[in-house]
Amino acid sequence: MPFLSRIGRIAFLAALVAPAALMPVRAAAAAAPAKTQKVAIDNFAFAPQVIVVAPGTTVTWTNADEDPHTVVATDKSFHSAAMDTEESYSFTFTRPGEYAYFCSLHPHMTGKVIVRG
Amino acid sequence: MGHDHDHTHDGHLDRRSLLTRCAGWAGTAAVYSVAGGVISSVSLDAAFAAGKPAARTRPFTFVQISDTHIGFDKAANPNVHATAVQAIERIKAMPAKPDLILHTGDITHLSKDDQFDDAKQILSGLDVPIFYVPGEHDFLDEGQGKTFLSHYGRGSKGLGWYSFDHDGVHFVALNNVAALKPGGMAHLGDDQIAWLKRDLAGLPSSSPIVVFAHIPLWTVYEAWGWGTDDADQALDLLRRFGSVTVLNGHIHQVLHKVEGNVSFHSARSTAYPQPAPGAAPSPGPLKVPTEQLPSMLGIRSANFVRGSEPIALIDATFA
Repeated sequence: MPFLSRIGRIAFLAALVAPAALMPVRAAAAAAPAKTQKVAIDNFAFAPQVIVVAPGTTVTWTNADEDPHTVVATDKSFHSAAMDTEESYSFTFTRPGEYAYFCSLHPHMTGKVIVRG
Repeated sequence: MGHDHDHTHDGHLDRRSLLTRCAGWAGTAAVYSVAGGVISSVSLDAAFAAGKPAARTRPFTFVQISDTHIGFDKAANPNVHATAVQAIERIKAMPAKPDLILHTGDITHLSKDDQFDDAKQILSGLDVPIFYVPGEHDFLDEGQGKTFLSHYGRGSKGLGWYSFDHDGVHFVALNNVAALKPGGMAHLGDDQIAWLKRDLAGLPSSSPIVVFAHIPLWTVYEAWGWGTDDADQALDLLRRFGSVTVLNGHIHQVLHKVEGNVSFHSARSTAYPQPAPGAAPSPGPLKVPTEQLPSMLGIRSANFVRGSEPIALIDATFA
C-alpha cells in the first residue's frame, strides 16, 4: 500500500482487524460538539427542576418571568448575574457530580443538575 | 445614626381632628389602633362617630413607602417612575408634614446605579428625612449589596442595619435580604440578631418600638418565601416591650397580624400589585386593568401619639 500514509495504514489495518472496536469512538466524536440543555425559569420555578446531562454539556437558563432571577450553586461553584426578563445564563458542566442550585433572590426556587459520565 | 427632629408643628390634635385631617385622601382605608397590646380595626366612619376626647400630647406623623421598583417597565406598570412621583405628591398633600419617611425596600428593580439615582431624584422632592432598608431587588448587583450600601449605607452597621430614636420612639431598621439560603425564606443572620440584642438592651420596656424591614417578619406564605426563617430570634428580643410595630413591604399588599404586643403590617407598593398568598401560580407582578391599578398602589401614614393614644396606621391607595 504505497499510497497510504503511515497513519492511514494504521487506520486501515485497525479497520480490518477490529472494525467494531472503532464504533464507540466514532459515536462519541460525533456527539462531542453542541451538547446543550435548556432550563426555563417560569412562574418562579426552574423547569425541568432536575436534569441529568453528560459531562461537557452546556446548560442554559432563560428567565421567562417579569421578575429577575439568579442561578447560584449551593456550593458557590457557579453563579449568574441577575437575569431580567428573557435574559439567559449558561454554564458548562465538565465534571460528573450533583450540582444543587437556587435563586438567590427567591431562595424557595431550587433545582439540580446531575452530571453523569 | 441618630436623628432627633424638633417638632415645628404644635398639633394639639384630638382623635377626631386627626382622623378628619387624614380623611381627605384616606379613601376606604381602615384605621388600626394599637393600645395596650390589643389591636382593633374600625372603619373611618365608625372612628369619626366615636370621637374620643382629646389627649393633650403632641402627635407626630411618619410615612411608609415601599417597593418603588424604579427600573421596572413591564405590563403590570410600564411607568413606575410616575407612580413613585404620585406617592411623593400624596405625601406633600398630607395635612401634617410627616417628621420622617421609612422606605421598606425594593427601591430599585435591578440594583443599577441609574435606578438608585432616579429614585433619589424622585424622593428628593420631599424635604423630609428618609430612612431606607434594602429589598432583595436592591441587593442583586455583583457586589451583593455594595451598590445599595454605597448609596444608603453610611452610618449603618454590618450589611445596612441601624437604629435611631425619634421623639421617644425607637426605630430599628433590619436587613433580611442578604445571604439568603437555598430552600429557605428571608434571613436576618446571627450578626444582625446579636447587634439587635445589644441595641435593645438599654431600653425600658415602655419604649415604643417601630421595626422596619423589607420581607415580612412573620410567615405570610412559606411556599413563596414570604417570611423570615430566623425572625423568632428577633421577636424574642422584642416581646418585653409594650408596643412593637413591625412594618414591611415585599408582598405589595396590605396585610396585618397581631401577636401579643407585636403587630405586623405589610404595605402596598407604589409600583405594581402582587397576588394574594397562593392565589396565583407564582408571586410575580399582577396585571390588572389600567383603570384598576391606582386602587392597588399606595402609601401608609402612621400617626403616633404618646401616652394612652394608639398608633393609627392609615393605608391609602392612589385611587
